[in-house]
Formats: sequence, C-alpha cells, structure tokens
Amino acid sequence: MIFADAFGWLLDPVNWSGGKSIPVRIGVHLLFCVGAVLGAALIAVPLGLFVGHTGRGGLVLVGGSNALRALPTLGLVTFLYLVGGGSTVSVVIALVVLAVPPILAGTYAGVQDVDRGVVDAARGMGMTGAQRLWQVEVPNAMPLLVGGLRNAMLQVVATASVAAFVGVETLGRPLLDGIRVLDYPQFVGGAILIALLAVVLDAVLAVVGRLVVPAGVRLSGRTRSKKAQSRRREDPAPVESGGSTA
Amino acid sequence: MGDLPKYLGDAGTRAALLEKLLDHVYLSLVPLLVSVVLAIVLGLLCHRFRPVNAVLISLSNVVYTIPSLALFALIPAMIGTRVLDPVNVIIALTLYTTALLVRPVAEALAAVPSHITASATAMGFRPWRRFLTVELPLAVPVLAAGVRVGSVSNISLVSVGALIGTGGLGTLFTDGFQQRYLAPIIVGIVLTLVLALVVDLVLVLLRNRLTPWVRAGGAP
Repeated sequence: MIFADAFGWLLDPVNWSGGKSIPVRIGVHLLFCVGAVLGAALIAVPLGLFVGHTGRGGLVLVGGSNALRALPTLGLVTFLYLVGGGSTVSVVIALVVLAVPPILAGTYAGVQDVDRGVVDAARGMGMTGAQRLWQVEVPNAMPLLVGGLRNAMLQVVATASVAAFVGVETLGRPLLDGIRVLDYPQFVGGAILIALLAVVLDAVLAVVGRLVVPAGVRLSGRTRSKKAQSRRREDPAPVESGGSTA
Repeated sequence: MGDLPKYLGDAGTRAALLEKLLDHVYLSLVPLLVSVVLAIVLGLLCHRFRPVNAVLISLSNVVYTIPSLALFALIPAMIGTRVLDPVNVIIALTLYTTALLVRPVAEALAAVPSHITASATAMGFRPWRRFLTVELPLAVPVLAAGVRVGSVSNISLVSVGALIGTGGLGTLFTDGFQQRYLAPIIVGIVLTLVLALVVDLVLVLLRNRLTPWVRAGGAP
C-alpha cells in the first residue's frame, strides 16, 4: 500500500533531523513563498490601486496579466536560472513574476468593483482623492485584494516545488529525488507535504482575510451579493464573467 | 540567443519539436474536453440538488488548492496507475478544469430566467430536451469563459509533467536546463504562449458560433 509506505517515510525520524530534513525544507519553502508574495505585493498593490483609482490603463493591465497566466512556470524558472547564472535570486524573481498578475488583477478588480454611488457620495462629502482611495476604495476592495493574494500564494507554493528541479532545497526536492531513484514512498510523501502546505497556507490567508476585511464591507458584501443574484435571475441576458478568474 | 537559428535550423530538431507540440496539445486538450462534459453533468446535479452543490463546491476548492506537481504524484498513489504514465497528468488536469468549471456552470443554469424555462415547458418540451436545447445553450457564454481560463492554465501546467516523465513541450525545459542550453527553453516558452493564444482564439470563434443571439444583440 503506497500511502502507508509514504506515511512511513513521513514519520521516519531520520527525515526530521539534519540539514536536508523535512522541517528545513518546509522552512525554505515558506521563506521563498512568503518573500515572493510580499515582494510581488509591493509592486502589484500600488499599481493596481493606481489603475483602479484613476481608471487609466485597465485594459492593458487585464490583458497583460491574462497573457502572463499562459507562461509555463517550469520554463520561466529554468530560463531565468540559466540567464541569471544559476543563482537563487533568479528563482525568487521567477516566483515574483508569477505572483504579480493575480495580485494586480485582484487589487484592480477590487477598486474597480466599488459601487460608483459610494465613491460619488464620498466625493460629495468633500473627500479628496487620497481620502477616497484610503478610506473608501481600499477597504471596499479588501475582499478581492485578499483573494488575489491567496491566488498568488497558491501559484507560488506550486512553483516553488517545481523550482526544486534547478536545485533549491524546497519541498519539491524529496518528490523529485523520489522519482529519480524510484523511491515511491518518498515521492508520494513529498507530494503529501506539498499539498498539506498549500492547504494550510491558503487557510491561514483565508483567516487573515477575515481579519483585514472591515465588518461593514463584509455585511454589505453579503447583502450586495444577494441583490446581485436576484438581479441576475431577472436579467434576461446571460451574464458573461470576463474570464479573468484564476 | 544567437543559438536560436542554429537550433531551429536542424530538420531533426524541428521534427522533434512538432512531435512535442502535438503531445502537448493532446495532454492539455483531452482533459479540457472531458471536463466540459463532466462539469455539465455535475453542474446539472448541483443545480437540481442543493446538498450536492455544497459538497462539490468545497471539494473543488480543495482540488484547486493542491499544487500540480503534488497532484501528479498523488494520482498514481490513489488509483494505482503507473507512476510514469501520462494518464496521471491527464487525470490531474481533468480534476483541475472540472473544479474550475462546476461552479460557473451551476450558477449559469440557475441564472436561466424562469419565464424561459416555463415557456419551453408550455411548448411541450420534456425536461431533457428543455435542458439540452434551452438551458444549456443559454449557459454557453459562462461555460466558454471558464473553458478559456481552463485551456490557458492546462497548456501552461502540462509542462510541469516533464518533471515526472510526461512528454510535451515541458521536456524542452528539462533538457535545456540539463544541457545549460537556452535555445530549447526559449522555443518552449514561445510555443506554449502561441499554443495558448491559438486555442483561445478557436474557443472564442466556437463560442460566437454557438451563441449567435449574443452578436445579434437580442435577448434570448
């Protein structure tokens, strides 16, 4: 039974100590992922806010980030690794490149989706552009922005595993070593670890999302989606979603 | 970069590239076709039976969370296929694409206005014929949007399969890396992007053919 053997590998104390142990690899994996998502957020959130707030360049941005989705992750990682002369930095760059589009799309869609009436009301109350952005648009954009961060994290966790191919000591390593020497318990054990890490990280970000989304937005989101649903039922034309969901 | 003409100048290389490209098309489009059928069936189940809806939606979320490399490795462990068999990649991509499509299909079916289904019933349509000729066509725009996203992501994900011995354009990346040779990697990236673009255009054409009323601007 291959799963029993895989759990045997997972629970073997030998794999839990030393420089190439499971905890070290989980640590390296987390370091890559969190670093890349933070780096990507530093680029993508301001850009998304700017484009969403001013409404300039939205089409280019959506088209561009959709095109980036087609980029094969393994190709990008190997390409940048060879071009960068085989440094770990190039792996981080590859991860950042892949994390930017989902965050950008989420931030932009979040700001873009804010009810125009709400923004107009803020303007009517005499709020300046910056006040509208920080006090109205950003809080309302939070759910979609966090959704973008979660998508980016999933993409990065997956790619960091793939990046073990070029030699970084992430959780992909046991899996790839396992297939090379046909050690199936290690192969499947590595896969279980990667899947668990992805599920746990996603859950953590979901909790963070609940904490950073203001209660008022959560409430209005609930009523708004209900309204949107009932509106959709009455709407005679089928609604086409732009095809930009991850 | 200077190596590109030399690399592409070789007839043997070009034949090999074509073979990899065809492999890639096969590995990414079979899951797409299978999951369209699966998603329609499952979406219908979700639409008709509420409890199924909740279960399938949360199951889809979990499937979508699992990284591709891990899923490729877990499939043979779960269903006993051979570890190096390309069928693992096909099954994994089918799971992803179905997970992506079920929710929009269920929502699109739920969004068909009740007066339309009522008129179809009044005209004597039996439930199955009503589903196939009225409700399903009205769900096509939403389905097409999902299929476009699925095709792009499949075409990009197939490459990861090269790490566990599946063919396709991904082998250009593994080979290029092992030989420290950029030309095949660049060709692989460009071919993947072009393939994604071409398939997307075909899907848009197909959608426009299947939904003439949208172009005509009239309500259904």
